[in-house]
Amino acid sequence: MSRVLFAFAMLLVFGVMKLPAERAVSLQHRQLHFEDVELNLDLREKMGQLGFIAALSGFRAMVADFLFIEAHVAWEQTEWGRVLFLFRQVTTLQPHVPLFWDMAAWHMAWNASAAAMNDTSQPRLALRVKAQREYFALGKDFLERGIKNNPDKPQLYEALARLYRDKFDDHTRASESYAKAAALRGAPSYDKRFSAYELSYCEGREREAYERLRALYDEGKKERLPTLIKRLKLLEDKLNVPLDQRIPDELR
Amino acid sequence: MDTPHRAFSLGRIGAITTNTLTELTRQKVFYILLIFALVLIGSSVFMARFSFQQEFQILKDVSLGAMSIFSSLLAILATARLIPQDVEDRTVYTILAKPVPRFEYLLGKLFGVLLLLAISIALMSAMFIAVLYTREHSVLNETMRQMSSAPREEVDDALNAVRAAGLNIDILAGVAVIYLKACLLAALTLFVSTFATTNIFTVVVMVFVYFIGHLQATAREYWLEQQSVSWIARAFLAIIALIFPDLQAFNLVDEIVAGVAIPLALFAKTALLGIFYTVIYTLAATFVFYGKEL
Repeated sequence: MSRVLFAFAMLLVFGVMKLPAERAVSLQHRQLHFEDVELNLDLREKMGQLGFIAALSGFRAMVADFLFIEAHVAWEQTEWGRVLFLFRQVTTLQPHVPLFWDMAAWHMAWNASAAAMNDTSQPRLALRVKAQREYFALGKDFLERGIKNNPDKPQLYEALARLYRDKFDDHTRASESYAKAAALRGAPSYDKRFSAYELSYCEGREREAYERLRALYDEGKKERLPTLIKRLKLLEDKLNVPLDQRIPDELR
Repeated sequence: MDTPHRAFSLGRIGAITTNTLTELTRQKVFYILLIFALVLIGSSVFMARFSFQQEFQILKDVSLGAMSIFSSLLAILATARLIPQDVEDRTVYTILAKPVPRFEYLLGKLFGVLLLLAISIALMSAMFIAVLYTREHSVLNETMRQMSSAPREEVDDALNAVRAAGLNIDILAGVAVIYLKACLLAALTLFVSTFATTNIFTVVVMVFVYFIGHLQATAREYWLEQQSVSWIARAFLAIIALIFPDLQAFNLVDEIVAGVAIPLALFAKTALLGIFYTVIYTLAATFVFYGKEL
């Protein structure tokens, strides 16, 4: 027995030795935002005791996937409240997976909003529109929080740009979001083009849009896509660009 | 002429390691791997209804999570029964009656478990990589077929998106960390089993250690940073922080699957921490085992 106690005393001494190393690793985790996950009592109430224990025991990703599958089922059954509830848990558990933020926003802003607008149980149009806008706002909120947690992922800026373009009809913000996505590492080549397209719809910013589209056009054949040429031609007409500076007519 | 007896022999440790590994494989632990394979393949079929990003995300999370669960379970269950089983079979008396030092016996036993864990994790990784690779290639081929008339640049963007969601070299670092976590759990189980009376006791203690280990970092930070708590609470937190390992430090897999690049320095620190814990708990186990009456 005395040997066991002595062994524990030995572990205490070694424990003091390991403390700096443990704290250094923990600090680096924090610097990389690994510990941003808020496993608090609020989450425990939402996901139940077992799920919470599993999340605390290193199976956070698996619990999040399980809830994501549940959310998928809830979506198939058009239970929008449950979809929102489950996606809030999923994104709390796995804030560094852009896919979950993107999916959550898509379900809210596209699916739930369309369902709210087509809700036959609500005869008043004003209330249906109100519900639809609330879902747009929820989608935007998911994407903004997703970007806050993953500022280096172009996927979420792209999703936000689509949301501004398709649901809020805000081309200025859509263009800004595409531009932010384009500036990030690993962004698809079309982000830069899409940013310029969106800018071409903004009243008062035609000159800037024209210059950006023209710069893309001058990059070569790979950028000379039908939409780019169409938008460029429209701006040339709108801005009265001199004929000798316009792109060739055969492309019109 | 007889060869002189050496105080330390790798040959003797190797013989005990081989014997332990043979014994453990006869315990049908490898059936767990079969279940793992079935779960993996089953989940892969089920996920055909998701988009490829969702499918790959879930496949990676579930597979690496399952690897972590099975390797931790295997480490605890296989190690917990090593000494009690040898005592029950009286094998330990036969071995220790020969000029085999007790630390060689313990090291041989531990290495047997570590080898079993390495083989199990290698098999599970191979299976996981094969499933992910097959699915990735199938999605790549499908994408190329669907986009055959699209401009080259768009096809490249789409293929890059599939590759980014699929197999990634960082996953191997995640697997290595899972192995290190299993090694430290095996060493800690060996330590507990040196003074435990039954292997059920060892397993139960280790389950608690597992949970406490994941909360150790919280206890440690609370102990070191909160001055307002009572001295009893501080003493309790200090004991938890000093004796238990920080298992949360080994949960890099969630971030790796999310696509976060793990810096080499962090991986190296985590690996060193894992090796440090394993060595310390093995030393403590050896110390207690030397005083154990057999």
